[in-house]
Amino acid sequence: MNFSIDKENKKILVEREFAAALADVWAAWTRSELLDQWWAPKPWKARTQKMDFREGGHWLYAMVGPDNEEHWARADFKSITPLKSFSAQDAFCDKSGNIDQSFPRSMWMNKFSESSGTTKVNIEIAYTELADLEKIIEMGFREGFTAALENLDELLDEK
Amino acid sequence: MESRRDVFQAIADPTRRAIIGLVAGKPQKLNAIARHFDMSRQAISLHIRILKECGVMSVTREGRERHCALRLEKLAEATDWLEPFRKMWEARFDQLDNLLINLKSKKNEK
Repeated sequence: MNFSIDKENKKILVEREFAAALADVWAAWTRSELLDQWWAPKPWKARTQKMDFREGGHWLYAMVGPDNEEHWARADFKSITPLKSFSAQDAFCDKSGNIDQSFPRSMWMNKFSESSGTTKVNIEIAYTELADLEKIIEMGFREGFTAALENLDELLDEK
Repeated sequence: MESRRDVFQAIADPTRRAIIGLVAGKPQKLNAIARHFDMSRQAISLHIRILKECGVMSVTREGRERHCALRLEKLAEATDWLEPFRKMWEARFDQLDNLLINLKSKKNEK
């Protein structure tokens, strides 16, 4: 996996290859019953409330923690080119999908390409401000989405 | 606890993470920061001193006030700061690998 930060353009760039056909990878990213199976890093689980995968539609889901605590999020789909790319704007929200304006939002562009049986996914997450990026990361720590709270001790030990 | 002063020490404590989150939006006076927390000004002052010693916050005196600002470049420079975020993606993608293997084997059964 390639993971880098482009500070100048306030973007996080992620790239990863999968040993699977493009159609399967596309389905895993765009069908909620599949997304629910991998989107949340353990011990969290993703649970879809609503999925409307079309331009102007949105995905509303909860990240459910080990103690059944829920954090709601949504992704609003902006552009979709089937089997090639889609872009979406993310947000934290309540369970009815009302957006929490106090958290920065970011714009996602996901591109898919296949060559000789492997599928490459290219993700760009763009923030308005570098400070937003820091805020999201900081919040990730606090909420434990990033598994940071479990891993922090490990990281601290490694230091 | 050993007195290690780096980005990890800075974010190891939930109050300090909250202070970072607060000041990330805009620089603030120490008193204004303290008002956000249900603990003494002295306790907040100590956290801010640690953040300063960790190099992630600048504190400047102006008369009786102290102005606190994040040194974002310092935070961003420390690539390890992003490590948990990178780990989240890795964990996600490992799960996706498994799912894709399942999808493939289901197809082969048909």
